[in-house]
Formats: sequence, C-alpha cells, structure tokens
Amino acid sequence: MGYLEGFGVTFRKWGEGVTTREYRGGKTNKAGQIDPRDQKAPKPPRAHGRHVLNRYEDGMEKCIGCELCAGVCPAKCIYVRGADNPPDDPRSPGERFGFIYEINYLRCIHCDLCVEACPTEAITETKLFEFSFENREDAIYTKDELLVDDDGRPQKLRWEDWRPGEDEFTSGWMRATAPAGRASYENRIGWSGELGYGSRAAEQGQEFEDPEPVDDSHDDHDQGGHH
Amino acid sequence: MGILGDVQNDGLAGIDHNIVTGQLEKLVNWSRSRSSWPATFGLACCAIEMMATGGSHYDLARLGMEVFRASPRQADVMIVAGRVSQKMAPVLRQVYDQMMEPKWVISMGVCASSGGMFNNYAIVQGVDQIVPVDVYAPGCPPGPETLLHAIETLHTQIESGELLRRRQSTGGGAGLVIEQRDGQGGSQLVTLGRGR
Repeated sequence: MGYLEGFGVTFRKWGEGVTTREYRGGKTNKAGQIDPRDQKAPKPPRAHGRHVLNRYEDGMEKCIGCELCAGVCPAKCIYVRGADNPPDDPRSPGERFGFIYEINYLRCIHCDLCVEACPTEAITETKLFEFSFENREDAIYTKDELLVDDDGRPQKLRWEDWRPGEDEFTSGWMRATAPAGRASYENRIGWSGELGYGSRAAEQGQEFEDPEPVDDSHDDHDQGGHH
Repeated sequence: MGILGDVQNDGLAGIDHNIVTGQLEKLVNWSRSRSSWPATFGLACCAIEMMATGGSHYDLARLGMEVFRASPRQADVMIVAGRVSQKMAPVLRQVYDQMMEPKWVISMGVCASSGGMFNNYAIVQGVDQIVPVDVYAPGCPPGPETLLHAIETLHTQIESGELLRRRQSTGGGAGLVIEQRDGQGGSQLVTLGRGR
C-alpha cells in the first residue's frame, strides 16, 4: 500500500499553488513589452555573472593592464595586454593601462578568481547570467563591451536580458576575501571611488574601510603580524 | 514543375510566395518552434540543470519541450549538455545524423561550447567541430534561466526561418573556420560543423 503514501504527497501539494516561475528569456511582444509573468528568480547579492570593467569617478579606467586576472583564470578565458599610458591622454591613473581586454564567455566559468586577483578592483561581476549567443564572435567580449558607460552602468547588449537591480552593487565588496588578503578586513567593505552605481553603503555591523591609503602598520596590533 | 517541384527542391523557402503560401510558411515555422522536442544528450553536470529546467519550477512544458526523447528520430533539438570527450564525439554525431530534418542544436555550457576549462587532449574543444550549433548557452553550468534564454533565442530563430536558410547556403551552423594542421607541416582551412 506504499503507493497511497505517494498519492498523499500529491494531495497535500494540491492546494499549495503554482511553483512555476514563467521565465521566458525576456521575450518581447509586438508592442515591445515583456510579459509581466516573465520574472527571474531572486538572486543573492553576490551572484556571479557577466563581468564589468569599472572606472573611477573622474572617468578614468581602473584597469592597469597587469594581467593578474589572465594569469589566475583557470579556464584561460581572459586575454589582456597592457600598454604605456599616453602622457597627453592617459586612460588610467599611473603608468599602464589595459590596451586589450577580452573575455571569452564560452570559456568563463564565473569563478570570480579574476575579481579576487585584481589589485585595483577594476574587474567585478554583475548579477546577469541570462544570455546566449548565436555565434562565437558575440561570445568574445572586448573592452568596448565590458567597460561601464558614463553613468557607471554596464552596457546592455542585444543578447542579454537585463532586469532592474542586476547592474547595481558590482563593486569590489562582493569579493570573498579582503583586499590584500588580510583576515582583519573581514566584515569591512572597501571600495575605491567608483563611478556610478557599483558601490553600496555599509550594512549594520559592517565597518567601512577605504582601501586606498593602505597603511600596513595600523591593523597589526589586532592581528599579530600578517607577513 | 510548379509549386510541388519548388517545395521538393528547396523546401518552403523555395516557393515564390503569395498570400497563401506566405502564411503557410509562418504557420509551419510557428508550429515547429512551439513543439521542438529535445533529444536527451546529457553528458555531465549541465544535464542536472537541464533536468531542473524540465522540473516544475521552470517547467519546459510551457514551451512545448517537455518530451525529452531518448530516441533521436522523434527529436528536433539536440541539447548537448556537458563536456564531449573524443570518444563521445562519434556517438554525438551519429545521434545528430539520426535526427529528422529540420533539426537544431543547442550547445549548453562552456564545456560543450568551447571545451571550457578542460583544454586538454581528451575533450573536444567545442561541439561545433562535430555538429552545426545554432545557439550557445554560456555558464558553468548554465542555470535553468540561461538555458531558457538560449531556448527562446532558438525559438525566435526557428520562427523566422532564417536558420534553415543559412544552413542550406553554407552547410554549417555558426560558420566557424579553423586552420586544421595535419602534423606534417601542412594545413588546411576547415569550416566547422558542416552538415552532410
């Protein structure tokens, strides 16, 4: 009589309503409207998705072309070349800037190791992962597509399905470990003057830490020597 | 010899359209996109997400795709989910050849699309070297929503009929051309994923 138990599950679930989330890939009707039932599942604030290349508040690029992200990438999907900044028209503060920056999304596994490795918080991830390609050329994002626009928002490409909120809070606070890897930075959020909507305010119980002027001596007393 | 000959040679696209046959092609494309049954080709962890897409939370049945066919004759879309090893490649090609025309391929996940992080001797670096791929879904693995996005992209393409016309003209899917080296110093250009 075990099957009656199975029927019992069916009858118990009967009145619980529909669990289906009718996501349709952001398909628009003839009027250009998305079906109101076409909703994504809520995402955790640190969901890993497509990358962005951030800029400073003054519009300078954060990427310095150090190729650490390319070196740490387990799938070898990032291709970076650095070049010397032209003195009369610098792209980034400092000597070097990312001359070529390409990510192949047919290899990227969204592990976020590039975000961890980046010393300037130039590359971070948005929460968008609903995209698909019709050919392989589309899948290789160049620097033009990865760089945030003048409002600090990620560029929204034709084959991507953006919804409100997915392009916010993409700053370096979402990385799993602290900048410079110090455990004393746990529960402190840090960012470096970012353009637009990337950074968020500290939550309750979190300390704000501006990582720009890093003074190695000031937190030695509570951690007891980190080198 | 009239409409019949046109259809036999070139399919519906060969008809010099009038108001009846134009609507007929629309109807055929619409019904193809609304009932494209997938062939099960789960090879790795992506298959788990493919099953999740078929489950009640995302419910592929509302797109007319709930019938995952293990028999390729009854399938229209092959969802290649997972990394394809060199040993699996002939099997995949055979399953594709056994599917009835018109047929489409979704390459699900980075491993199927380009080898992903498995850049080694054992894994095919992209199934478009074997079969013509129409839509690539990135991610490792792609969640159900990414797969649904890819499926909707494919449905839009099926509805427009553009895909079949392109494949008829080029014989391939994405039309990727690579330089194939034979190890003897020579090389030749090969278009990947050519149909028969």
